[in-house]
Amino acid sequence: MKKLFSVLIAIVMVCLMSISAFSMDESAYKDTGLSGTTLNVYNWGEYISDGAEGSLNVNKRFEELTGIKVNYTNYDSNEDMYGKLKSGGASYDIIIPSDYMIQRLIREDMLLKIDFANVPNYKLIDEKYKGLFYDKKNEYTVPYAVGMVGLIYNTKMVDKAPTSWNAMWDKKYTGKILTFNNSRDAFAISQFLLGQDVNSTDEKDWYAALDKLKEQKPLIKSYVMDDVFNIMERNGAAMAPYYAGDFLTMKENNPDLAFVYPKEGTNAFVDCVCIPSTCQNKVAAELYINFLLEPEIALANAETIRYASPNTEVRKMDQYSLKDNEIIYPKDVKVYENVQYFENLPQETLSLITNLWDELKIEGTSNTNIYIGAGVAVVAIVGYAIYKAVKKKKIENA
Amino acid sequence: MNKIKTSSKIYMAIIILFLYAPILVLVFYSFNEANSTSVFTGFSLKWYGELMKDTDTIQALKNTLILAVTSSILATILGTAAAVGINAMRSKPIKTTVLTATNIPMMNPDIVTGVSMMLLFVFLARLVGVTGVLGFSTLLIAHITFNLPYVILSVLPKFKQMDKHLSEAAQDLGCTPVQAFFHVILPSIMPGVFTGFIMSFTLSLDDFVISYFTSGPEFQTLPIRIFSMTKKRVTPDIYALSTILFVVILILLLLINVSQKRGENKKKVKKEI
Repeated sequence: MKKLFSVLIAIVMVCLMSISAFSMDESAYKDTGLSGTTLNVYNWGEYISDGAEGSLNVNKRFEELTGIKVNYTNYDSNEDMYGKLKSGGASYDIIIPSDYMIQRLIREDMLLKIDFANVPNYKLIDEKYKGLFYDKKNEYTVPYAVGMVGLIYNTKMVDKAPTSWNAMWDKKYTGKILTFNNSRDAFAISQFLLGQDVNSTDEKDWYAALDKLKEQKPLIKSYVMDDVFNIMERNGAAMAPYYAGDFLTMKENNPDLAFVYPKEGTNAFVDCVCIPSTCQNKVAAELYINFLLEPEIALANAETIRYASPNTEVRKMDQYSLKDNEIIYPKDVKVYENVQYFENLPQETLSLITNLWDELKIEGTSNTNIYIGAGVAVVAIVGYAIYKAVKKKKIENA
Repeated sequence: MNKIKTSSKIYMAIIILFLYAPILVLVFYSFNEANSTSVFTGFSLKWYGELMKDTDTIQALKNTLILAVTSSILATILGTAAAVGINAMRSKPIKTTVLTATNIPMMNPDIVTGVSMMLLFVFLARLVGVTGVLGFSTLLIAHITFNLPYVILSVLPKFKQMDKHLSEAAQDLGCTPVQAFFHVILPSIMPGVFTGFIMSFTLSLDDFVISYFTSGPEFQTLPIRIFSMTKKRVTPDIYALSTILFVVILILLLLINVSQKRGENKKKVKKEI
C-alpha cells in the first residue's frame, strides 16, 4: 500500500513537472559556472510573482535552476531607487525603473549596455515596445510591464458612460470625482483635454493646464493615490483616473465599475529591466533577464502584476487569464495612437510644475479651515499658559 | 460626583476607541476573504495561510527580529557602560556636556540621522576602496547608534536612586571593583537596564527611515518591505502578520504585568512575615 502510494506520488510529481516545464530550455540555466554567486535585484514592491496564492515563485525557481543566490529588495518610487543608486553605497545588479527614469539614468551614465547575445529571449518582446524614446537603439533596456491610464467609473453613479476626460469637469458629479494626487499625472489629464504635449517645456502650456485644473478643483472629492482602491470599491466616488491593471483588481470587489480609454488620449508607462553601472555580476544579471522573458515566467508575472505584458509569447498562451482582456490589451488601435509617455523634463520645467501644483493644492477653502483651526488651537494653548502663569504669580504673591 | 464619573468614563472610552480602532479594523480585515479593505465578502483564514507561503515577508520578518535583538543587546551593553561612566564623572559641566551630546541623536530628525549615516558609510568605504558597503553591518551600527541615548537615559536615573556607598561597602568587604559591579551595582540598576533594552528593541523593530538609508541589497527589514508596496497596494497577508504581531505583544505585556504583580505580592508577603 505504501509503495503504491509513493508510485502514485511519483507519477503526480512527474506530471506536475512536465506541465511546469512545458517550454523552458532548462539546460541554458544549468552549469553556467555562476552557481554560488549572488545577484542583487532591486524591484518595486509587489511587482513579481512571489508564490502568493499558489503562483510561481520566480526568484526561488531561478535559484533552484542556476544555483545563483538572489537578494531581492524593494523600493517604492523611481526617485527612491535613484537616490539609493546615486549614493553609491549599495551595488545592485538588476533594477526595474520606468521610462522617464531610464532616460535620466542613461544620461547620467548609470546603466550598462546589455549584451543581447546572452538574452536570446529578447526576440519575444513586442516590436511596439522596442526603440522607444528612452532607449532608441535598444541597448540598455528590456521591457517588463506596460501600463496605461484610463477613466474608471461607477456604472450606477453616472447617467451616461463617459468617453472623454471632459466627464471629470461635469458639474453633475460635483464631489464625486477623484483624481491623482501627483502633479505630473493630474496635469496630464488637463493637458490631454487641451490637446497639449505632456512633455511641453513651454510655460504657457503649463499655466493653461493649471487654469483647467483650478476650474475642476471645486468638483473634486479628493486627490488620491492608493486610496482610490478603497473609495471606488465601496461606491465612494463616481469616477477616477487610474491604471488599467489596477482597475481589474477593483472590479473583482465591485462589479459595478467600468473602464474607458478617453478619446483625447492617455498616458502610458513602460517599466524596463536594466543593469545599473554598479553591477558586480553582469553575466548572471543577463541570465536573470533572459529568465524573466521565458514565457512560463513572464506568464506568472503577467498574472500577478496585471499590467500588459510586452512578451508576445505570453499573449498567445491559452492559460493566460487576461489573454483577451480588452482593458489591458485594447483592440482599438486608436488607443495606442493617442498614447503619450512622460519624458524626463528639464529642471526648470519640473520646478515650475511643482510650484503650480502647490498653488493648486493650497488655494481654496479646505486649507483655510485647517489654518483657522490651527490658529485657534495655538491661541487657546497660549491663553491657557498665560492664565496658568498669572494664577501662579497670584498664589506666590498671596 | 456621579456626573464627573460618567463624563470621565465617556472620555476614557473615546480615548481607547481612538487608540485601538485602527488596529481593530486591521484585525477585522485580516479575516476578509477578498483582498479589499472596504468590502467584506466573508470570513476566511486565507491570508494567514498566504502569509506562511510568502517567503519574502517571512524573511523580512526574520531579518527585522535578528536586527532588533542584536542591536538592542549591544546597545544595552554599551549604553549601560556609558551610563556607569557618566555617573562617575565628578565635574558637573563635563557631565552635562556629555549628556547633551548623547541626547542629540535622540532629538535629531530620523531623516538627518539616516542620510548622514549613509554618507559616512559610503565615504569611509570609498576611502578603503570597498564598493557596496551598505548591508547588515551598517544597519546594525545605525540601529545601535539611535538606540544608545534611550538606554543611557533609562539607566542613569537608577544610579541616583541607588545608595552611592553600596559599591564602596562591597569593596570594603573584599570584592574587586568588577565583582562589586556585577554583584551589587548591576542588580540595583537592573530595572533601568531592562527598560532600556525593551525600548531599544521596539525602536529598532519599527524604524523605517534610518533603516531605509543604511540598508543594502542583502538585508531588507519588514518596515521597508511594507512601505515599498505602493505600486500595487499592500497585500492582506500583511494585515494577518500585523494581527499576529499585535496579539504576541499583547500576550507578552500581560505576562510581564502578571509576573510583576506576583513579584510585588511576594515582597508584601515577605514583609508581613
